[in-house]
Amino acid sequence: MSTPYYVSPEQIRQDKEDFVRRGIQQTKEVIVLAYRDGLLMVAENPRKTTFKISEIYDRIALASAGRIAEYEALRVAGIREAEIKGFRYYREDVTAKWLTNLYSQHMGAVAQAWDAKPLEIELLVCEVGSEDGLHGNQIYHIAFDGIYWEEEKYAVIGGRAAAIRDILEQEYADNLEMQAAVQLATRCFQTIEAAAEEAYDITPQTIEVACLEHGAERRKFRRLSTQEIAEIARIDDAT
Amino acid sequence: MLELGDYGTSDFLQILRRRHPELLATLDAPANTAGIHHYEGTTVLAVVYDEGIVIAGDRQATEGYQVGERRIQKVYQIDRHSAIAIAGAAGPCIEMAKLFQVEVEFYEKTEGVSLSLEGQANFLAHLVRSNLGLALQGLIVLPLFAGYDVKRQHGRIFKYDAIGGRYEEDDYYAIGSGGKDARATLKKRYRPKLSQHDALGIVAEALWDAADEDIATGGPDFIRKIFPMMNLITEAGVSEIPDDTVAALYRELIARLEQPR
Repeated sequence: MSTPYYVSPEQIRQDKEDFVRRGIQQTKEVIVLAYRDGLLMVAENPRKTTFKISEIYDRIALASAGRIAEYEALRVAGIREAEIKGFRYYREDVTAKWLTNLYSQHMGAVAQAWDAKPLEIELLVCEVGSEDGLHGNQIYHIAFDGIYWEEEKYAVIGGRAAAIRDILEQEYADNLEMQAAVQLATRCFQTIEAAAEEAYDITPQTIEVACLEHGAERRKFRRLSTQEIAEIARIDDAT
Repeated sequence: MLELGDYGTSDFLQILRRRHPELLATLDAPANTAGIHHYEGTTVLAVVYDEGIVIAGDRQATEGYQVGERRIQKVYQIDRHSAIAIAGAAGPCIEMAKLFQVEVEFYEKTEGVSLSLEGQANFLAHLVRSNLGLALQGLIVLPLFAGYDVKRQHGRIFKYDAIGGRYEEDDYYAIGSGGKDARATLKKRYRPKLSQHDALGIVAEALWDAADEDIATGGPDFIRKIFPMMNLITEAGVSEIPDDTVAALYRELIARLEQPR
């Protein structure tokens, strides 16, 4: 009989973290930032129907970097749990904090399981505040292992998140108008792409933009069309 | 804990049936409710006009021969281009409207596209059919479903019977205790390609006549400032007509009725 080999918990944790980091390093970024009328979400994404940013519930949206299939499963499960909770109690009882805990528990359980690979995703759960300013915006950043923290004003996920955060630290200002906010986000992408070995064109077709507008009706989420992005971001079309 | 198991379905009702049947108690598991007092909603109607459709209802709920509630809401927006109006046992009616709205929105969010108007109408038939147990005991829930069909570019009306039959009307329809009276007015007044103003005018008149003939239907209440609820559905979406506008429509109607013939 062979002796079972011993691997320290630290080693297991480190291996999993390295594995996920390698995966996430390859992924394109998503930026979430507070602007005058709510929260703006911008991602590099050339696809037309598979999104990285999506509506979960009235005031809540989800953004993700990493494997689309894993994100998709969490997205749909989140919508389902939110609808069940809102149907059972009241729509306002569905909050980003509650949803973040659900995701966090699930991702933590998967990351700790012996027989499963950790999820190769990072999430931002965003909830827009009220128009009167009584309730502020909330942005929760969830790492692959379920650990989460609150972000203020802006948050970035994806491979080169740190580089973008450096730019935002310099250039971010409170109460930006939507146009300025979209332009700031695209400028971040252009800057990091200019530094990349294989630069990726930032055009209205290759970025995804959505917002949570606090003044909107019940459903605050709105996805901008390519045409709207072109008008608002004023990026020169590469083609 | 997050359950990923139901990934494959965009049907909210199916998820509730499997995981939370207790939330569907009034729909699925009728106790013997015959003879229990409850609120009844009365007259609702829909009229197609040139830009879309008007869907409206009075605001009264009755409990036997008493007024139960003076400002009940009978018209509910479902998605960007559709709304439901309900008549019958008020509690289950409102619950059905809520479930229907969640179902349609859940589909839209998970699939990324809206459920077609026809698809919504068919699903509603299924909900009405689920209510059969209650209907057999006299607690009938009847919806009138109206929407603007974005593909076909016109307003559409769907009516239902208590066992889930789904029928489409081309021009107008009214249901509820005063439905027949409202229909009589609509029949005489309706013209194809009505303008928005004319459509709202005949809607106001039909509800007036329903309130006149049917003891359960409420008319405009100028003292309490309660007026029938009217919603427009056009390509631009669903919008509610403000109370002031509805009040003006009724002043116009009353002035006409007061004129000596």
